[in-house]
Amino acid sequence: MPSKFIALFTKRIIPCLDIKDGKTVKGVNFLALRDAGDPVELGALYAQAGADELVFLDITATVEKRKTLAELVKKIASVINIPFTVGGGVTSIEDAGILLNAGADKVAINSSAVKNPALIGELSKEFGSQFVVVAIDTKCIGEKNVVHTHGGRTPTALDTIQWAQEIEARGAGEILLTSMDHDGTKQGFACELTHIISSRANIPVIASGGAGTMAHFADVFAKGSADAALAASIFHFKEIEISVLKSFLKTEGIAMRL
Amino acid sequence: MSEIVIIKYNAGNVQSVVYAFNKLGIEPIISDDPETIKSAKKVIFPGVGEAKTAMNYLTARSLDKVIKDLKQPFLGVCLGLQLMCSHSEENDTECLGVFDILVKKFPSTDGTNKFKVPQIGWNTINNLKSPLFIDMKETEFVYFVHSYYAELSDYTIAQTTYATEFSAALHKDNFFAVQFHPEKSAEAGSKIISNFIKM
Repeated sequence: MPSKFIALFTKRIIPCLDIKDGKTVKGVNFLALRDAGDPVELGALYAQAGADELVFLDITATVEKRKTLAELVKKIASVINIPFTVGGGVTSIEDAGILLNAGADKVAINSSAVKNPALIGELSKEFGSQFVVVAIDTKCIGEKNVVHTHGGRTPTALDTIQWAQEIEARGAGEILLTSMDHDGTKQGFACELTHIISSRANIPVIASGGAGTMAHFADVFAKGSADAALAASIFHFKEIEISVLKSFLKTEGIAMRL
Repeated sequence: MSEIVIIKYNAGNVQSVVYAFNKLGIEPIISDDPETIKSAKKVIFPGVGEAKTAMNYLTARSLDKVIKDLKQPFLGVCLGLQLMCSHSEENDTECLGVFDILVKKFPSTDGTNKFKVPQIGWNTINNLKSPLFIDMKETEFVYFVHSYYAELSDYTIAQTTYATEFSAALHKDNFFAVQFHPEKSAEAGSKIISNFIKM
């Protein structure tokens, strides 16, 4: 028998670059956008700093009915050497194919999945489930976690926990769960809801919204059972350095690529 | 004669493989033409996708026979590795059989802990036994995205564990294959591609 080798499958730290008009922006509760630089340059910087993946969300694409920026994706893919997801305005196999051919590793769909749930299965069949990230924007209304669309502007009739199970059954490869109640607050991730969804899911769950301190990341992995954690402004404005964060998490006993 | 030819078939993100070579100053050709592939100095067999669809595409163009007869350095990536084995559990697919081993679906548990399938993320590779890994240290991190795995065998030149031990890389004669994505594995992946170019 071969001797035992210890492998180390890690949790992932994912900076998110929200894109508007080719520029990185980050709003507080999705409003009041501030410029945080060039997405290609920022992406390369994060890859160098040890980010495990990147997510680029064209946040205005759905609202303004714009198609996502294939040219920008090409520039990103030709510069960075870690996986990245592109989201915003993908409503068809054709949209997703354009992004794939430009060099995207995954697409994220959100409003279009709610509007047309069959799209999840169609994309998964055409490109493989690993290509299909379904993003959920969730907000508490009374006692219920309710799925929201269109950048968090529009509540739906969908229960977040049930929707998470449905998108997995339809062929999603990953869930990107953003708590609108936590996003921009810097008070910590939605650990409880993330845990419920992640422990029921057989696909990875990326937690998003609320990161303010390094301890918040430790919490979302340890208590929230997240497979990956995503944040934006705290990285863009250098409030937390990725390399420092990852070293900290390793000392907290969380598997990290260093 | 083209330096490096990437086999074109209906599998995803070939563009990222092209970019990975571009970063090393090489412009590969993407082709499904048997003569172009045969005359290449080196051949890359990339892929993310589904085994049966991919095999059907290759067989329809007689690329299954072409690939098996190649003598130049050949590198399969991800689905490429799986298609180089003899059989995949993914839709019960007969594969190329370069490596006489089986491709199986990941179990969802190792008996103690739950494992999500696909494996998506960074994992370490160990027991490195190939010129492909020159100047690399044991337990280097590389990026994996897959639901199926090749079992350990005499062809294994790197291994890792996710729910079960499996082959992270295989080698036989001129044929090399990696389950992870070197084109997405930061500096470690670039090193592997660079080592392959030097072969």
